[in-house]
Amino acid sequence: MTETPLLSVRDLVVEFPRRGETFRAVDGISFDIAPGEILGVVGESGAGKSMTGAAIIGLIEPPGRITRGEIHLAGSRIDNLPEAKRERLRGKRIGMVFQDPLTSLNPLFTIGRQLTETIRRHLPLTPAEARQRAVDLLTEAGIPRAGERLDSYPHQFSGGMRQRVVIALAIAGEPELVIADEPTSALDVSVQAQIIAVLKRLCTSHGAAVLLISHDMGVIAETAARVVVMHHGRIVETGSVGDIIKRPREPYTVRLIEAIPSIRRLHGAPATAPAGVPDAAPLVEVRGLSRDFVLTRRGPLQRLLGRKEEVLHAVKDVSFTVARGTTFGLVGESGSGKSTCAWTMVGLLRPTAGTVLLSGHDIWDGREGERYRRRRVQMIFQDPYASLNPRWRVGDIIAEPMRALKLAEGRSETEDRVAELLRRVRLDPAALRRFPHEFSGGQRQRIAIARALSSRPEFIVCDEPTSALDVSVQAQVLDLMQELQREFGLTYLLISHNLAVVRQMADHVGVMHRGALVEERPVDALFDDPKHEYTQMLLAAVPDISRVA
Amino acid sequence: MVAFIARRLGQSVLVMLAVALIAFLIFRFVGDPVASMLGQDANQGDIAELRDRLGLNDPFYLQFYHFVLDALRGDFGISYRLQQPVSDLILSRLPATIELAVTSAVIALVFGIVLGIYTALRRRSVETAFIMTVSLIGVSLPTFLIGIGLIYLFAVELQVLPSFGRGQVVDLGWWRTGFLTESGLKSLILPAITLSLFQLTLIMRLVRAEMLEVLRTDYIRFARARGLARRVIHFRHALRNTLVPVITIAGLQLGSVIAFAIITETVFQWPGVGSLFVNSVQAVDVPVMAAYLVFVALVFVVINLIVDILYWVVNPRLRDSASGGR
Repeated sequence: MTETPLLSVRDLVVEFPRRGETFRAVDGISFDIAPGEILGVVGESGAGKSMTGAAIIGLIEPPGRITRGEIHLAGSRIDNLPEAKRERLRGKRIGMVFQDPLTSLNPLFTIGRQLTETIRRHLPLTPAEARQRAVDLLTEAGIPRAGERLDSYPHQFSGGMRQRVVIALAIAGEPELVIADEPTSALDVSVQAQIIAVLKRLCTSHGAAVLLISHDMGVIAETAARVVVMHHGRIVETGSVGDIIKRPREPYTVRLIEAIPSIRRLHGAPATAPAGVPDAAPLVEVRGLSRDFVLTRRGPLQRLLGRKEEVLHAVKDVSFTVARGTTFGLVGESGSGKSTCAWTMVGLLRPTAGTVLLSGHDIWDGREGERYRRRRVQMIFQDPYASLNPRWRVGDIIAEPMRALKLAEGRSETEDRVAELLRRVRLDPAALRRFPHEFSGGQRQRIAIARALSSRPEFIVCDEPTSALDVSVQAQVLDLMQELQREFGLTYLLISHNLAVVRQMADHVGVMHRGALVEERPVDALFDDPKHEYTQMLLAAVPDISRVA
Repeated sequence: MVAFIARRLGQSVLVMLAVALIAFLIFRFVGDPVASMLGQDANQGDIAELRDRLGLNDPFYLQFYHFVLDALRGDFGISYRLQQPVSDLILSRLPATIELAVTSAVIALVFGIVLGIYTALRRRSVETAFIMTVSLIGVSLPTFLIGIGLIYLFAVELQVLPSFGRGQVVDLGWWRTGFLTESGLKSLILPAITLSLFQLTLIMRLVRAEMLEVLRTDYIRFARARGLARRVIHFRHALRNTLVPVITIAGLQLGSVIAFAIITETVFQWPGVGSLFVNSVQAVDVPVMAAYLVFVALVFVVINLIVDILYWVVNPRLRDSASGGR
């Protein structure tokens, strides 16, 4: 690099004073970005990635502040500028894209208004010219009929479309640098690839450099040339994407790369042989399952006028079987009916048609079916922060299924079994006296698993069990789930939008699309030779580190 | 839009009918109207004849039907105490109450919103700490105490403002206003402040809490990242989002300002509907009480309807789901 770097960060420290002590979110990091370059920053939550981005654009939430170091933009120092001058850099020279497109836009203003106010703030244009430029930007960002959509409100767009609007807003003032903080983490896989492409195309055509922050090495690998690996506020390693993935030098980077599941079999491990006998009678049998949701409730008047109900067919005639001791993976985008399917199988949502059989018993067969189901079927939810009652002690949370089903006699037996369960999920039995907030996300998900195991179920439905977790924690939780499957002979239904996780865990995979099961085959067959075109599209859209040369 | 308002109107009519039923039941069960009209020494024949003439021997639903019809024509009967038509009584007192309520509502809204925004934006300043402390007093002190305190300070000690009544009023034929004379305006100051104080502090605290919440949202962060001016972010983006929930609460609070000005009106001997009600309760003047009940319900229903429509105008998300039939 002979020219002066566009952005130069030197020995940056960001600290948060917190109850007497100071917490260092960013601890002495230095890096450069050349004009027009795309630099990836990767790391797990709490690594200080987002804080670095916030420091560069000058939006650190108080009481956090930069306590040391310098930030230079195109050769001049910006971190010590007064707020009024700092404000003028934002949007004009440094743009930013946030993670969640659903909350990034003001819900009460049309997107046209938000675009034109940003454009006119930075460029000397008349309202009509600004409007024209807004249309051009949206068209460039891939929004069809942009002129008409300008007067729509944010809620009238899908998540992917909103993120396109956000990107258009970020480059509206022709900034030299765009900071993209997890721009695709809240989106579906198939949309993710398009948004990355839009971001890359727009920044290239407008000559903006990009600082791409992501926890997803796959996204970085497909977008950036160079990558910075962060851990605990420090830079662990910097290098080209190929080097970091193929030849990581630092032990932390090695662990991080290894923990990433791939949709290809990278490490050469063969599929774990199904623990159960393959041709034994299936444990779970789903036959012709359908579930509709009525979208518009008809009032008595509408019914008289014969107005039709609008019905959403969330799940349409889905049939599959799960053999005892195996894992059935269910993949698909959000809204494809995966979760609806799971809810009917655990008894949370009554199917409109079809049956769910567990060892031949219909779980929706009145009180009899319910009694049969309640002990044998359990569920693990996505968000371990929301699925545990914050006012209950861990011991009570885990003991609840036993108490509700009267599986243990007396307090001491209950307590013994809770302690045993905690040991099984590799937690200290002393944890039973503590509250959920004292645990990290990964530990909480272990508690949720212990709760699911507490009624000694045969079948556990796991709805996105690791999507809220960091990659390294995800790997640990998945390992634990596999070990428990062998120990207890459990049968899993694993729902995930993360195809790599499904490839690692499942024996059989079903692909759902718009409520229908479009393909259902053994895992390797499906991933190596997808038959249905939707499956092929889905697999091609996954950003994957193994594609880096 | 039309369907939305029609549905709301339908619900309002149902509510009004329910309230009318309760008011009607008060008539029937709080004392016998015939006994109170004829007195102790009436003979059986007179009583029977009056019962028949008043339609008291009709079946229950027919009586209720007549009650509702009369109410729709504004006829709530004759006050036992003052021997005047109830609707005339209420109408003659209504201007006083409405002028007081509107004035204090304006005070509460203007100062509540301005102070709420100020304390939210200057979160750590000394002024904010001072305002918040004083507002706590405003919330926790009962209205009558504040009223008496103000009377003592401004009317007794300083002798700058009158302590009771409406002062001179100008008769506009259908409306007697105190807004046009100096003594009328002076008389309005103390009761209006007293009545608005609680609402003011409530709205202020609500605006402040909502504003702080909104300032933490992603779209405000994104607006800052887009480089918008601070003024635009605060007063265009944040304020509008703040006001969405505030509209609901503030609307209902204003309803209670009109309906429950009773204490303030009593303390300041304000010749409004509230003091009419208090006097009627003491004299068990059932027709006035029933009419007042219906009147209060009407105020709330109308305000609720306005709030719903406002909410619908401000919030585009609601607009879609209501009109699109989705």
